Amino acid sequence: MAEVLVEARTCPVTGLRVVKHAENLIKVNAVFAVLALLFGTIGAILIALTRWEAIHLLPTDLFYRMLTFHGMNMLVFWIVFFEGAGLVFASTIVLNARQVAPKLGYLAVILMILGFLLTNFIILTGDVNETAVMFTAYVPLKAHPLFYLGYILFAVGALIMCILFFLNVYNAKREGTYEGPVPLFTYGIAAAAVIAVFTLVHGALALGSAFLWSLGIIEVVDASLYRLLFWGFGHPAQQINLAAMVSVWYLLSYFTVGGVTPSEKVSRTAFLLYVLFINAGSAHHLLVDPGFGAPWKIFNTSYVIYMAVLASLIHCFAIPASAEIGQRKRGFNKGLFTWLIKAPWSNPAFSAFFISLVIFGFIGGASGVIMGVEQINMKLHNTLGVPGHFHGTVAAGTSLAFMGLAYYVVPLIFRREWLSKFWARIQPFLFGGGLFLMAVSMNTLGRLGIPRRVWETSALVVPYKELLQATLGIGAVVAFLGALVFILHTVLTIIFGKRVEGKPKFPEVVQVSNPDEKTSTPGTIVLAIIFFLYLAIMYTINWYWLSRVWEVR
Amino acid sequence: MREKKPVPLIQLLYDDIFLMLLLGLIVPALTYTIWGLIEIISKKVLP
Amino acid sequence: MAINKPNEVYWEEKVGFSEKAWVLLSIVACIVMFMVMVAWAIAGKQNPPNEAYRVSIPSFAERAEAFIEKYKVDEENGIPVVEAPEDEDSYLIARMFYFSPVLILKQNQTYRIRVSSLDVQHGLSIQPVNMNFQVVPGYEYVLTIKPTEKGEFLIVCNEYCGLAHHVMKGKIIVK
Repeated sequence: MAEVLVEARTCPVTGLRVVKHAENLIKVNAVFAVLALLFGTIGAILIALTRWEAIHLLPTDLFYRMLTFHGMNMLVFWIVFFEGAGLVFASTIVLNARQVAPKLGYLAVILMILGFLLTNFIILTGDVNETAVMFTAYVPLKAHPLFYLGYILFAVGALIMCILFFLNVYNAKREGTYEGPVPLFTYGIAAAAVIAVFTLVHGALALGSAFLWSLGIIEVVDASLYRLLFWGFGHPAQQINLAAMVSVWYLLSYFTVGGVTPSEKVSRTAFLLYVLFINAGSAHHLLVDPGFGAPWKIFNTSYVIYMAVLASLIHCFAIPASAEIGQRKRGFNKGLFTWLIKAPWSNPAFSAFFISLVIFGFIGGASGVIMGVEQINMKLHNTLGVPGHFHGTVAAGTSLAFMGLAYYVVPLIFRREWLSKFWARIQPFLFGGGLFLMAVSMNTLGRLGIPRRVWETSALVVPYKELLQATLGIGAVVAFLGALVFILHTVLTIIFGKRVEGKPKFPEVVQVSNPDEKTSTPGTIVLAIIFFLYLAIMYTINWYWLSRVWEVR
Repeated sequence: MREKKPVPLIQLLYDDIFLMLLLGLIVPALTYTIWGLIEIISKKVLP
Repeated sequence: MAINKPNEVYWEEKVGFSEKAWVLLSIVACIVMFMVMVAWAIAGKQNPPNEAYRVSIPSFAERAEAFIEKYKVDEENGIPVVEAPEDEDSYLIARMFYFSPVLILKQNQTYRIRVSSLDVQHGLSIQPVNMNFQVVPGYEYVLTIKPTEKGEFLIVCNEYCGLAHHVMKGKIIVK
């Protein structure tokens, strides 16, 4: 084996070999992820306090500028940087393997950083007409060429990271450091990486052509074609999150309560279904477009007969079941829900894990399934219900799950002790609770017809508008505090925290005994049935609402 | 150590991450992108 | 278990009864939801329109202007008001930053309204009915629509189209 040449240390908690280059790449990605999160968070509070029209904080220009800034940093930079770290971790450390072509890895990260800086620079300083074009930058609304260039540099860097992931996995098998089936976490991250390749190719096509058009090299870019290609990027980019987040949930369930996946076969099938079918869901954005017909819309928006929804429903059972098995094996075996009530809620990684799971399912997942119905989409397209949906999935779901993982990354990878257990413990509740209130308010306002991406809505008379805008704003303030606590605490800990010698004590990593031993999961069955009924009721109500509008065909 | 059982073919297919990559690119490229392109191109052009 | 190697032959591990039942229930739900969508597309009364054409912007503008000229009955804040004919297609122009014309429709009468944009992408959002359609330049979208209630309805643009996006409005009057 070739390991003698590779600089590495052994993690005292997990027993994993941490190779130097991989560790560096993880660190750089994590640092920029947090920086992007900080930028996005600043944008978030400013636009939320503008949408709360009783406060109406920002002037028009600055609002649209900040909206673009917020969208780019959150939906693209924060998430993809974090996933970059995940790709390296899952393909090297978890597989006991080395980082292939570390120089190429550093080049990829440098490209990503350049793209990140360039795009943010131009959004903040450019002529507002050319830079407040939103994360979607729909042609023929023309952005500054550097806006597209930054986007493209970042995407190319991210694509190289994905390719390196596959090379690492290939190499681990070839050098014999890893044999047999990969762990579930790596399997899920592989699914995310496959989705990422599809995504980034579409991103390069859409933004590349827009870039050439902005330079005057090509004369026109067809608006429908751009929409098709852009959403082959914009939506799957969030499906990368989904696969990565689900993988992180499995991981956190294992770390925090010794979770045991009920069935490897079933959970892997769910990841495969994501890989095959979830990208068809890009059609969600094109359901009321002139360019596409009903068969294409229905086939794609349903993820090919809801196969990706099936995958999510599988995880929706398997993940709480995994935590339940872990807890029951640890002795919390009484009744239906003792395992959940006596769960380590004071471990921020656990609370982040479980809160993100619940909000993702009830707010994000359910609203997504409903909004993705071709016909119901007529009532929700481009309303505030759209960001309401994805603040349930990407923000309260993915971001909070990633924060939960960060509570382990800091002591295990950065080797620093958290400065304050108190702030760590309440942070997931602040962030999750605030986003819950905000997303529910947005979903409701959207159903009442309030559009997204708009500076003011005084012409629209809607019941409870002022109240719902206030709850949106209050939720946003609470979530903002939660995000700020996370960012400051992480940064200060990395700078001033005590070095961890040996095993870090906080947050606790539970050691699993007898991984093959599984218990039954009656509590999860009840939870899953509650979710199923909730989804069925919401689905039916939305069809009813649709049946009340004008006839159209 | 337990005796090594043969791995079923279906599991070998599941475990092949490169097969996953291939199918994960082809399937959505066909249903979403290629079909979508055909939809756009086949729209009638008004004079 | 998530970062440990699974059993070499995990395929042969038994799947628990409750998980099996859950997966079956989920499959049924998925098929049902798909069938509902297909059934509604065939028999439902509210479906995203399927009729659309590729068109050059001047061609659309020319036909729309001729339509407005022919059926104009009034003007409101500089925007023509048009009584939509029952036996001919109507037009609706979206452009930075207004919709034109104001359309007067009759309740429970079916109209074919041709919508497109003269510049960037816009969103056609009829309020408070709350029906939303994407308006894409270069594409003429034919909405076959039957207003089932009387009143004045606001059209707002709900696709970001520039710094004055939020002032972009239009109107439909149903008599």
